[in-house]
Amino acid sequence: MSSATKDHAGLSDIFNKDEARVDWHDETLWFVRAKRDKAAHNLPEWESLRETASLIKNNVLSNLYNYLVEFETQAQKNGITVHWAANAEEHNRIVHGILKAHSVNRLIKSKSMLTEECHLNEYLKNNGIDVIDTDLGERIVQLAQEPPSHIVLPCIHKKKEEIGELFHEHLGTPKGMADPLFLTAAAREHLRETFLTRKAAITGVNFAVAETGEFVVCTNEGNADMGAHLADVHIACMGIEKIIPKRTNLGVFLRLLTRSATGQPITTYSSHFKKPRPGQEMHIVLVDNGRTTQLSRPDFRNSLKCIRCAACMNTCPVYRRSGGHSYHTAVAGPIGSILAPNLDMREYADLPFASTLCGSCSNVCPVKINIHEQLYKWRQVIVKEGYADPKKKLAMKAMEFTLSSPFVYKNAGKAGRWFMKHAPFTVNNKLNLWYQQREMPEVPQQSFGEWYKKNKKA
Amino acid sequence: MNVGLFIPCYIDQFYPNAAIATLNLLSKLGITVKYPVNQTCCGQPMANSGFEHLTQGCNELFIDNFAEFDYIVSPSGSCVLHIKDHLHSPTAEEKASGIRKKVYELTEFLTDVLKVDKLSARFPHKVGVHQSCHGQRGLMLAQMTELVAAPFSKPLQLLKMVEGLELVELSRPDECCGFGGTFCVAEEAVSVKMGKDRVADHVNHGAEYITAADMSCLMHMEGILRRQNSKVKVLHIAEILNAE
Repeated sequence: MSSATKDHAGLSDIFNKDEARVDWHDETLWFVRAKRDKAAHNLPEWESLRETASLIKNNVLSNLYNYLVEFETQAQKNGITVHWAANAEEHNRIVHGILKAHSVNRLIKSKSMLTEECHLNEYLKNNGIDVIDTDLGERIVQLAQEPPSHIVLPCIHKKKEEIGELFHEHLGTPKGMADPLFLTAAAREHLRETFLTRKAAITGVNFAVAETGEFVVCTNEGNADMGAHLADVHIACMGIEKIIPKRTNLGVFLRLLTRSATGQPITTYSSHFKKPRPGQEMHIVLVDNGRTTQLSRPDFRNSLKCIRCAACMNTCPVYRRSGGHSYHTAVAGPIGSILAPNLDMREYADLPFASTLCGSCSNVCPVKINIHEQLYKWRQVIVKEGYADPKKKLAMKAMEFTLSSPFVYKNAGKAGRWFMKHAPFTVNNKLNLWYQQREMPEVPQQSFGEWYKKNKKA
Repeated sequence: MNVGLFIPCYIDQFYPNAAIATLNLLSKLGITVKYPVNQTCCGQPMANSGFEHLTQGCNELFIDNFAEFDYIVSPSGSCVLHIKDHLHSPTAEEKASGIRKKVYELTEFLTDVLKVDKLSARFPHKVGVHQSCHGQRGLMLAQMTELVAAPFSKPLQLLKMVEGLELVELSRPDECCGFGGTFCVAEEAVSVKMGKDRVADHVNHGAEYITAADMSCLMHMEGILRRQNSKVKVLHIAEILNAE
């Protein structure tokens, strides 16, 4: 959801109008977080796995150029056509170009957050090409004409009754039918038909191996495989940070990825694609789209270690109570809040503030990204670059003035407490956001400083 | 031992009893504590809002007030974490770095420096403990549930020494309460919802009191409890450890 007029606070205010729904959203994601805990705690070597993954990714970020070139050489040897895209626009044009060359006007696409980031569906649609998402969650949000609200569970914000309604409208299931088994079967039938009639398939990439020029796609539904194996043209789209040096590194990441994401030991399908089968064409598009800019910001480069498991979203108490759409960007939650300002600081200036800095995200992260520290750092950058609300600026200046002087501080405190006690309407009113749903603290007889002066004269 | 008492601004103004309890508790344990009367605020509200560049006045004041002490102790994990992570000075960096190393949150001072193993405190009530995020994850006052590591908790270790106190088990032992400094007004809806959920976990498990090593989280939860006309009260951990 791109929204110029709404920020995270405004959008989550709307989400919070239905408290029962917030409770349900929170509990659903907490259930996933609890599953993750169980899976992690079953591996005594969990913390050393995280450390190893983090070190591998640090190595990748320090040698990104070399690994990408190595990957390109190997992939070409395997018969894969390699494309480079500097930004989203170029990525979309390349994909469109390949489709045009094959006169394809309908295609299937498995789950890929990169194509969401680049708004590929919209671009292709505007160019007369019909895209069907084959990931069940993605297909559901596609039918609802919404973006995914979560990178691993794209339709986690939707209840089964709402999905039943959508399927009734678009796939002809009986009205009022909300049985998940029935709906899944209906979706499977609809998608199988699609698989058999499309000539081109797009997949994402979870890991690309520099050493071998192959790439790995992880799914639980097998939809990526079904699409790629049946299509004459397979296009894989990846952000350049998805590269890992060696095949042996895969074990570390495959063990961490799904345990962090859903609490599973491994994805149902972890498919390796190395070369096109005879008669098939295989393309890979390597996309920068701001990643090298982020790499050049020392405080934020670490965010490129992300393997998109979504553990930070599931653990984030703010995400659970504001919903993915409140982040108005493809990658929501804590990680999205440090990635998005790199792409557009003005548009996403609100996101680093959509956090209490509780730090749970950094500690749940399988590749040890210091997410909450980066949120803090983005706040400083955003204010310095001039994207702070003028009212907030004034308030902060006033705070600076008051707190820099013991004399002003003591008198302001005294005056404030006097007003709260004798003229409570000055604070207990609609304009005070604290007071909307919370009482103000009770005013004590005296401050501690005043008490100390009376009782503990040195 | 030359100990300086650092009382955060909002505790000074609204919760003097938490500060008095801290002072009395330390005195009871034989520590002479001095309160530098010219202290104001650590600057965290500005820094966490992105205005770290406006905290220089606060920093200089803090350094003037506290550089001389062997230890600086405060009943607020969040403010201590801010000093530890962000106190700097272009003119007195050596003093600033010294302060960053000798500033302690109250419960960690009790367990790690004084190595307290018994208390003469009595509090015959059911108590829920809110593990404040900055204390828990920032200062490592307690192990967090995200990490695969042995559990421990400095505040709980101390509360277990209090006679008659019954600890309440929570469904989510270390979830954030949603206070978050200026977050509590900038993101009012989410902040309040988080607070309501946090409070409900304690209430549903029969807590009569909610305590924490951070008064700011308690202030937020108290505001919600009082709006709900709840009988459940909040008390700073110092007030319980000092109760007789």
